[in-house]
Formats: sequence, structure tokens, C-alpha cells
Amino acid sequence: MIKKELLSGKSIDIILSRLTCELIENHGDFSDTVLIGLQPRGVLVLDKLLTKLAGNGISNVNHGRLDITFYRDDFRRRDIPLQPNQTKIDVILEGKKVVFVDDVLYTGRSVRSALDAIHSFGRPSEIELLVLIDRRFSRELPIQPDYTGKQVDSLASQKVAVEWKEESDKDVVYLIKPNDE
Amino acid sequence: MMSELSVNHLLGIKDLTTEDIQLIFQTADQFKEVINRPIRKVPSLRDITIANLFFENSTRTRLSFELAEKRLSADTVNFSASSSSVSKGETLIDTVNNILSMKVDMVVMRHPNPGAAVFLSQNVDSIIVNAGDGAHEHPTQALLDAFSIREKHQDLKGKKVVIVGDILHSRVALSNIFCLQKLGAEVRVCGPTTLIPKYIHTLGVEVSHNLQESLEWCDVANMLRVQHERQDIKYFPSVREYTQQFGLTLPMLDSLKKDITIMHPGPINRGVEITTEVADSDYSIILNQVENGVAIRMAVLYLLASKKKMNFNG
Repeated sequence: MIKKELLSGKSIDIILSRLTCELIENHGDFSDTVLIGLQPRGVLVLDKLLTKLAGNGISNVNHGRLDITFYRDDFRRRDIPLQPNQTKIDVILEGKKVVFVDDVLYTGRSVRSALDAIHSFGRPSEIELLVLIDRRFSRELPIQPDYTGKQVDSLASQKVAVEWKEESDKDVVYLIKPNDE
Repeated sequence: MMSELSVNHLLGIKDLTTEDIQLIFQTADQFKEVINRPIRKVPSLRDITIANLFFENSTRTRLSFELAEKRLSADTVNFSASSSSVSKGETLIDTVNNILSMKVDMVVMRHPNPGAAVFLSQNVDSIIVNAGDGAHEHPTQALLDAFSIREKHQDLKGKKVVIVGDILHSRVALSNIFCLQKLGAEVRVCGPTTLIPKYIHTLGVEVSHNLQESLEWCDVANMLRVQHERQDIKYFPSVREYTQQFGLTLPMLDSLKKDITIMHPGPINRGVEITTEVADSDYSIILNQVENGVAIRMAVLYLLASKKKMNFNG
């Protein structure tokens, strides 16, 4: 296994600042907007964005976390099923602008499931997608991000791992390749 | 994180590992959130058909299973013995195989004979969920009872639970004993000598015939229903005498001056095993049990269905 660093902590910080500015440009004071972190990893990106928004004087942004396990299209197809995580959405989403936040966009299937799941909380007026990493050219469904941190070219055999200093020792994004490539 | 149940059917708590029970609880936590959403439905089981076979009367369990199935988007068919060919003399296997020929993936069964669910799982090709088999087991009831205790007391380890009443005829009692012990709780049974099975102590439970003393000992009291329909002979002189000895009243609870939790699997005989004031008091979590029942059954059906892999080759 070979680990190649794609983004350092410094670059991640710059990217998050840029994404925050892009969000502010489109959502103003966020009074009609709800940011939704996709479980499990998107929630960590959401926390970073909320801190950045607060640094820009925008606090009390409506937000929540959405788990899509029960909406996956590979139920009864995986060898071992995934365990669900917590969903916590305390706002009614009817007529709101929703932004999905995730760390890595790959096949687009999680986002498809999230589009299905979110309607249990009302019909949003629009839904956007923000991702830290876009593994482009690997989509299996017609889904594209509205806000992208960095585009990455990768093979199906490779993995992109986003690590945060709260769980390992630093903020970093790796491209992980199997040895034989 | 990934995991799955160690069993392919839910026949009894006895077959489950502690990890299985924890997995069911963790999954039920998320389903409890689902059933409190504005739209209380997920699409997980949309390609699964479930037959609810009730060879014995039931309101709560049957409704609860049916709601759980519908909230998972499963298709359901219902069957009750009174309106079926069983009264014409058809055998259990024939009845079930006929239903399975109509392409049913899972069977939820309530049956008056102990072991009926195990028998079915050995003889038909389907996922079987035991919804109560005679005086043997009622696994989903025990799971929802333990889940409700966990919700109030966080952890069951070291908690003291007394099960009061008709232990002899009660599948709820047996499943509860297995489930609570697997989760590390201490269990005691309390009731008239005639309604306590002779060898119950071999399961590692304490036996008591004194309600007051048991209440002082416990954190949780699960008050079972007096099952008039299962008592072919007289086990106690009169209902009035039973109530005097083993009926729970509000003054008894208030005098304990401690945080005690009262449960009842329903249906309640108000004024027999517990008074109306107790059933409706803050000590009681009876209605939480009912709500949790749907979440627990969703978790069980979801986890069992996930083990039946998609097959596109016929």
C-alpha cells in the first residue's frame, strides 16, 4: 500500500476558506439555508465549515446530519451490511435551500440516496452539493457538485482518504494505491 | 462500521449473542428517529414480502409488526387462524408452504404451540420471526422491554429487574430472563408458588413470593398480565386474593422513595396486576414500550432481511 499526500493541512484550510466564501456568495445570511452533513464523514467537513462561517461573522446557521443507510441501493447486495449512524435534523426543510456536505464524491450513489432520504423532512426549494474532494470521471450516476474543494484523478482500485486532526494527528488528504500499481 | 446478526431467523432470545442484541439496539436507535420524522418511512425492504401468520389472537404485537413492515416499505399479507383453512384441518407446514408458493420472503408467526417457530424454520425455506410461540418465547417483546430499560437507565449491566406474576404461562418472562441476563442485569421472579415453574432457579434467577420485598430490591418491575385464558385449573383462590398479594398500587411505589420503573407488556388488566393510577403514573414506561416495539421490530426485520441476498438467477 502506497500513501501519497494529495492535500496538506495548510491547503485544506485554504480550500475550506474558499468554499466558505463561495457559500456566503450564494446564501447571504443563510436565513433560508440548511447545511446537511452526510454521515459519517461529511459531518466532519460540516463542522469545519460552521467554524469558518462563524469566523466570518455568520453563526447560528441551520444545520443537521443525515444518515442514508436505509436508502442505499446496495441493500441485500453487500456481503455485510453497513451499520446506520445518527440522523439529526431539527428543522423542517419545506421550502428551504439545502446544501449537502460530504468529504469525497466518487460514484455519486450516496448522494442519490441522500436525495431520496431528505424528502422525509419536507420538500426543499433547492438542493446543492459541496464536496472537499471530487474524484472526477468515476461517476456512475448523473450527479455533479456545485462547490468543489479539489478535483482528483484516481483509479477504481485506489482510495481517497480524508483524515482530520481530531481523529489522527493532522488534517491531510491521501491517495492510497495498492502496491502492485 | 459493518456487522450482521449471527442468526438467520429470530426464533428466541436464547439463540442470540450479546453482540446480536447490541446490534439490534443500535439499529433500533436509528429507526426510532425514523418513526419520529415528518415522513416515517424508509425504502429498505421495498422488494421484500412478509406474511404475518397469527394462529393466536393478538392486537398489539400484530399491529406493531405490521407498522414496522410498512415503515420499511415491505409488502405484507395477513393471515389469522380463525378465518382460514386451519379450521378445515390443514397442517402448519402445508399452510405455510402454500403461502410461500406465492413468493413470500419472510414469515412472522404467532402460534399457540411452543417450538412452532423452530419447527417451521427447519421445514420451510423462509426467514422466520417468532412473534410468540405458546409459553416458550416472545423474543421481540423481550428486546423492546430491554431497549426501553436501556433508554431510561442507559446500561443494563448490574440493574435489578423483577418480573412479577404468571411466570409459568409466560413467554414474555422466559424471553425477558434470557435477554436481561445476556445484557448483564440481575433477574428475579415474583409470584404465587403455583405460577412459578419448579426449576426456574436453574436459569440463574432468584425466586420470591413477596412483592413488597422485591420492589425494595429492584430498579425495574415488569408486571405480567394474569392470563385467564391459559389457566385451565385454578392457580390461585380468586382474582381478588391475587390482587391483594401481587397487585401493584401507587402508595406502595410512593412509599419506596426511589426511582423505580414500572413496565407491562400489555394488555393490562387494570385493577388486577396494577392499578390504573400506577399504569398512568410517571413510574410507568408502558407507552414507551409500545413505541419502542415498532423500532425494535423494524431493526429485527431489517437485519434479517439484509442476510437474504439478492438473487437474479431465478
